[in-house]
Amino acid sequence: MPHSSHPRRHSEFWIGARDSLPMLLGAAPFGIIFGTLAAPSGLSATGALAMSLFVFAGSSQFIALNLLAGGAGLPVILLTTFVVNLRHALYSATLLPHVAGLRQRWRIPLAFWLTDETFAVVQLRYAAPDLSPHKHWYYLGSALAMYGNWFLCTLVGVLLGRSIPRLEHLGLEFAMAATFTGIVVPFLKSMPMLGAALAAAAVALAARGLPYKLGLLLAALAGVVIGVVLEELREAP
Amino acid sequence: MSGRELVLIIGMTAVTFLVRYAFFALGDRLAFPPLAHRTLRYVPVAVLTAIIVPMVLLPDGTHWQLTWHNAWLLGALVTGLIAWRFNHLLASITGGMLVFFLYRWIVG
Repeated sequence: MPHSSHPRRHSEFWIGARDSLPMLLGAAPFGIIFGTLAAPSGLSATGALAMSLFVFAGSSQFIALNLLAGGAGLPVILLTTFVVNLRHALYSATLLPHVAGLRQRWRIPLAFWLTDETFAVVQLRYAAPDLSPHKHWYYLGSALAMYGNWFLCTLVGVLLGRSIPRLEHLGLEFAMAATFTGIVVPFLKSMPMLGAALAAAAVALAARGLPYKLGLLLAALAGVVIGVVLEELREAP
Repeated sequence: MSGRELVLIIGMTAVTFLVRYAFFALGDRLAFPPLAHRTLRYVPVAVLTAIIVPMVLLPDGTHWQLTWHNAWLLGALVTGLIAWRFNHLLASITGGMLVFFLYRWIVG
């Protein structure tokens, strides 16, 4: 039993799903609100459910609703989707060293299910010092939990949208801010990380008026550059 | 579902998947230099902070609310304090949400 000290496949899978529980909580209101807002924006119930099932990217789904309601054309919506989702390329580049040994039949679904939340959880698991060969099962557990949750919440939203008016004014979106805050804060105990966060925050605030969430990309870039520069300075003799 | 919706969803699916899969597809043919690894370690903190801070300081998207009357700010501070002190994600989210909803309920 060469790997007897490592968690088995199915336990990795369930731990991945369990560790994603706070993210499910954070994403749930967005799924519900997305479903609720679909009909008023001019997207059919089937369209909303299909979007959650096949696109599976919360922020670009919201922006698509916004653009649909504003009468935007198809090319604009697709370009916006591309820009808003670019951060996922950074995530997959980060995870690549860990999945490079897997077959494509693993890599394709794992890529399809890559989200902010699953990335946040999974990169912590990959960073853990144990050499478990089954960490991709953890990834799968987190991904499927997020996927099932997102689809069910969209369904709930579509149904609720027909019965409760003004649901989007309850402040449920705070769950997302809380989730992300809880993830970020423990990282801020090193000077480069703190600098990266401050730079990202400053640029995000300054550039928040830019269209297509471009401000988000600029802020991420600023944060990363400042973090790396501070790290270099700290290590310089 | 209309034909236009079908085209929209197929297009969004293709664009999103290709962005997520591009690096995974290249797989082992792509070697990452150490600087790239270092750089990417800062991505989560930078992206998440860039999403949170405007949400919390300008909850309506246009007006600054740097006051104690801002439930978003209060809730996020409580979340951050619990996360800092106890390093427990679910506890920090629960605590922050409790403060957020209680405050909104009391202040109205």
